[in-house]
Amino acid sequence: MFRVENLSKSFGNKEVLKKINLEIFRGEVFALMGPSGVGKTTLLRILNFLETPTDGKMMFNGRECAIRQKNTVMHKMSMLFQRPALFNSSVFNNVAYGLIIRGVDKKTIGKKVIEALNLVGLAGYEKQRALTLSGGEAQRMVFARAIVYSPDLLLLDEPTSNLDPANVAKIEEIIKKIRSEHGTTIVIATHNIPQVRRIADRVGILLNGELIEVNSKEKIFTNPGDARSAAFIKGEMIY
Amino acid sequence: MDISSGDSLLQGIIKGFELIFSLNPYILSITGVSIEVSGTATILATLTAIPLAFALSFTHFRGKQALITLINTGMGLPPVFVGLVVFLMVVPAGPLGLLNIVFTRKAMILAQYILITPIITGISLAAIKAVPLSIIETVYTLGGSEKDAVVATLKEARFGIITAVLAGLGRALAEVGAILIVGGNIARTGSIGGIGEGLSETRTLTTAITSETSKGDISTSIALGIILISLVLSVNILANFIQRRD
Amino acid sequence: MKNLTSKLILVSVLISLFAGCVQQAQSGNKTSTPPALTPQELRLATTTSTCDTGLLDVFNKKFEQENNVKISVVCEGTGKSIATGELGAADVVMVHAVPLELEAVANGSFINRKYMMYNYFVIIGPENDPAGIRNAGNATDAFGKIAEMQVPFVSRGDNSGTNVMELSIWKAADIRPSGTWYQSIGKGMGETITHADTISGYTLSDRGTYLAMKDKIKLRILFESDQKYLFNPYHVMAVNPAKFPNVKYDLAMKYVNFTISPEGQNIIRNYGKDKFGEALFVPEADAGNVTSP
Repeated sequence: MFRVENLSKSFGNKEVLKKINLEIFRGEVFALMGPSGVGKTTLLRILNFLETPTDGKMMFNGRECAIRQKNTVMHKMSMLFQRPALFNSSVFNNVAYGLIIRGVDKKTIGKKVIEALNLVGLAGYEKQRALTLSGGEAQRMVFARAIVYSPDLLLLDEPTSNLDPANVAKIEEIIKKIRSEHGTTIVIATHNIPQVRRIADRVGILLNGELIEVNSKEKIFTNPGDARSAAFIKGEMIY
Repeated sequence: MDISSGDSLLQGIIKGFELIFSLNPYILSITGVSIEVSGTATILATLTAIPLAFALSFTHFRGKQALITLINTGMGLPPVFVGLVVFLMVVPAGPLGLLNIVFTRKAMILAQYILITPIITGISLAAIKAVPLSIIETVYTLGGSEKDAVVATLKEARFGIITAVLAGLGRALAEVGAILIVGGNIARTGSIGGIGEGLSETRTLTTAITSETSKGDISTSIALGIILISLVLSVNILANFIQRRD
Repeated sequence: MKNLTSKLILVSVLISLFAGCVQQAQSGNKTSTPPALTPQELRLATTTSTCDTGLLDVFNKKFEQENNVKISVVCEGTGKSIATGELGAADVVMVHAVPLELEAVANGSFINRKYMMYNYFVIIGPENDPAGIRNAGNATDAFGKIAEMQVPFVSRGDNSGTNVMELSIWKAADIRPSGTWYQSIGKGMGETITHADTISGYTLSDRGTYLAMKDKIKLRILFESDQKYLFNPYHVMAVNPAKFPNVKYDLAMKYVNFTISPEGQNIIRNYGKDKFGEALFVPEADAGNVTSP
């Protein structure tokens, strides 16, 4: 559903992404792995149009997206940052935001917000002020906010790196549910290898701005096609 | 006028409260002029300042940095100087003489507008800048347009912007130098010049305190002072209350 | 305040350079007399002493009632009142500084200057009179004693009529007042008296303002009646319509004529008798040989 071809990005003289070629298939959970600082976040931000690539093509549902089309494409996706950004308002208003700007009628908004909050286990939190939520609750709320308008594509940037194990488990549960109940395509950037084992279908390994290997989860973990991927997985697994 | 003696001060305070509670028409009219002038100036300044603060935050244009410097300088403009410049603009011999507004409330509103627009803009700008970039990006990730981002920023900065408006209003209410020069501190004649006689034309709480003190009418001055402080205090309490909700 | 006034005058000259075109535009719409029912507005710029004594409240009320006029009084020192007129922002002025008045008439800003009333300046100070001016021969002598003893003296320092008079006395006494004892505060008469009262100092006041404040202060009149230096004449004059076509000249002249009419003079003659036990000003009609330049 989403394909990038020869995508490059430089900040000044620093080349952060080098000729990335990648295809994401509808309905899959794709894990973008690699140590910190290799360009995972930048790639996600480009996919979400928050950054403009220096070079390359992006295709969404088989059609190339020009920059000026970004709003129509963006309407169909959503992205979560490592640290959730909360609107200074109630939980309800936060979750409803994507529906409000799409001009959805009030009754539908009410229904969909409740559904989304149920999915993330925050039923009954509607009236609470978002800024008073705990870290785990806030992360779950932004999941609800991101899926309330049923996006086709959900981009997750290290969604559990700041959370305790109990909350990590809850978030992974939510990711699985979103996938099974909504069929949403998910791209997750992470360096948490056990997490990748638990939730991903396919894996791409990004090292120093290069996508060195893209393969199914099974292959990556049993028979990696690249020595560097093998080293990365091993090195991480030792701890 | 022996204001150093505690007796007179106490007497003045007692008489001042009497004047307030008897709803003395002179004092009411002065309060009305203060609220009208400073309130209108604040509304007009807000209508300029908020779009300006947003333009400065969200757009890039030539001379933007110069404009920001101008606003920062404007935040500390000496009122007397602004008064003098506006006065010289609106006198019949001045470039705006045809407007025929010297010694009217309109001229006072103009002077206060010039004084507080930079203040409201500057504080609003700081409030908008304090909204994290991640909030704006969140709007985009949720499919929002640039307009949605501006609206969301306005909502996030709302307490800071309200504080800015109230700061402008407080400053306008307490200001005396500019409106004294351009307004002329005019009141309609009362009967035999007694205490609390007449009706204000361009006389505000602050300028009236100046002239009543000069006349030695301490009780009227104190009554006016009590009203002025109550007004400014309520504005500040309101600002505080709004900030604490943040 | 003195600074302000000189700035005003300076800038007014600059502005008058490009005011020419404004005036041309103005002369297009002729001043038409509004219907009798809506009161016309007359703007009077005047010195603080006429405001603070309350004379104008009585005086103007009468004029307003008889002529269906609303008078806007701008109370400022004589210097600024004249500058206000010179900028066309007033229709008529009532002031008391002969040299400034003559200059303003000479430069064409005002016409029809009329001698309206007078009183005397008084030198007031603490009752125990530390400088001993009660026995002074004349005003310059009194000022000389104050300077010699270096007792506090408060000057208005605002280019008002009183201030102009004070400075001319120092000049006549050949003294250049300076030092901590001489405080120039740039304020109106009432505030200056209050200031002097607070620090138990001397000051020069017009008789009217002093009498109006007498009950509230400790200062007393220590020296008065010096025909030469303490004479304080008040004049009214209209802003020249040839310079500012939009001023309400006809109304201004009505006001000028009212001040010197028997009715106006009678108000002046009696004002203050009930409240202060004596009149605050002497009308021109009673001046006899007390003439004014």
